Amino acid sequence: MDLADLYRDVIVDHNRRPRNFGRLVGANHSAEGNNPLCGDKLHIFLEMKDDVVRDIRFEGAGCAISTASASMMSEAVKGKSRAEIADLFGSVHRMLTRHDAETDAGLGKLAALSGVREFPMRVKCASLCWHTLNAALAGSAAPVTTE
Amino acid sequence: MAAVRDTHDVFDVLRVREDFPILARLVNGRPLAYLDNAASAQQPAAVIDAVATYARSHHANVHRGVHTLSHEATSLYEAAREKARRFVNAAATTEIIFLRGTTEAINLVAQAHGRPRLKPGDEILVSWLEHHSNIVPWQMLCEQTGAVLRVAPIDRRGVVDFDRYLAMLGPRTRIVALAHVSNALGTVLPIRTFIDAARERGITTLVDGAQAVPHLQVDVQALGCDFYAFSGHKMYAPTGIGVLYGREQLLAAMPPWQGGGDMILSVSFDGTTYNHLPHRFEAGTPNIGGAIGLGAAIDYLGAIGMGRIGHHEQDLLEYATSRLADIPGLAFVGTAPEKSSLVSFTIEGVHPHDLGTVLDSQGVAVRTGHHCAMPVMEYFGVPATTRASFGLYNMRAEIDALREALLHAIRMLR
Repeated sequence: MDLADLYRDVIVDHNRRPRNFGRLVGANHSAEGNNPLCGDKLHIFLEMKDDVVRDIRFEGAGCAISTASASMMSEAVKGKSRAEIADLFGSVHRMLTRHDAETDAGLGKLAALSGVREFPMRVKCASLCWHTLNAALAGSAAPVTTE
Repeated sequence: MAAVRDTHDVFDVLRVREDFPILARLVNGRPLAYLDNAASAQQPAAVIDAVATYARSHHANVHRGVHTLSHEATSLYEAAREKARRFVNAAATTEIIFLRGTTEAINLVAQAHGRPRLKPGDEILVSWLEHHSNIVPWQMLCEQTGAVLRVAPIDRRGVVDFDRYLAMLGPRTRIVALAHVSNALGTVLPIRTFIDAARERGITTLVDGAQAVPHLQVDVQALGCDFYAFSGHKMYAPTGIGVLYGREQLLAAMPPWQGGGDMILSVSFDGTTYNHLPHRFEAGTPNIGGAIGLGAAIDYLGAIGMGRIGHHEQDLLEYATSRLADIPGLAFVGTAPEKSSLVSFTIEGVHPHDLGTVLDSQGVAVRTGHHCAMPVMEYFGVPATTRASFGLYNMRAEIDALREALLHAIRMLR
């Protein structure tokens, strides 16, 4: 277990300067994620058009892993269709839970989060934004949690 | 509190540490600095051995058989009750009920004392400092009875406002339930004053003593409370065992809470006669080994002396407060003048959850999160804090390790 694997430079950078951070005027989908035990709160806003994410923003407060994961996710899903996002969700989920380097291929920048799987107690931090995104896409009103 | 001689100078922490086998282990290649005692404390060999000896040589069910082992198990179990009685200076062992812990004790009082008595519009008063276990059982009771839960406010130091508490004790107040020591902030309440005010008005008082008994000498008769609850695992005993002290007059008037074996004198389909105190509230086979372990922990604490433990821990608190104060961006949450030995804090730009992971990599175990006291977090406007809580075996070197680990985390993450 190496801490440098968890807090890679890319992750620290996204935590310091989260991309697509803030509220989205003109959002037509949104959802909230909340992990009260660790104190992670997230609100994701989407502007969907023709089943494609035209724009995305998120706001909230959380640990470096949850913030960086949301920031990197926002970059990764912008311009993607629902079907593409579903595939990506599957790949991220495999990356976070399995010891199988092959699944990391094709994830691009998101592969920086692969170190999280060595820290089982932190997987819920990295996955909160993805489950919240799913809820936003599904139009579900209930807040999401991964605890 | 009884006068205690200043014996701080003869408290030998290195020797005390030898009593705790777990303190010898490494965590992530580093010596363990266990600073999460307010969540659960480690057990000395005397406790571990007492539980093991019971399992190896004396185990049987209690209060039942005529055979030798049943007699031995019963004697050990009841001896532990007598130790618990002495530990909090209850008048009689009939006032000492063994339960799973503080949470179960508070639920028992809510359901067996509160539920039959409370009417719609009656009030239960707690403070803003309470652990969820001293909030939720009362909320459930309110739903069942139509009673109302009221909350005495705190100030920015984390001190319960006594004047406003007094003002909230009204003609409909039936129960006051207060933490003796706050688990999230460490605030020590001048609990006697709070109890006196409630007693004068004929209000039932319950004290959540889970965070007090490992650090302070408690005397329930001197306090004058009606109920006092505590857990074994916060005071160096196993999990799954705790004590409810209840004034006999009140316990005797309470209907049983759970039905089963051990809480009856006779059962027939025409009717059942309930057992005497304290067994009436101990339905089913109890945690015999846990109670014996709790008794051993009481002996262990008694041999060292609560006064000496308190001195040592207050020294750690002062040391930690001064060593951490100059860490850039660190803000203490909870700065009451009277505190037990814990520091709760936030560090600007570094989330507690990340701190917890980085500290763990350095062998330093702390608690991060809301500490089961979400109203406290809400009051201070933080989602979570980092809490380092000290026990009798902690030492200044571990606080230095905490400081180094915090600086490391800041360099890494901010």
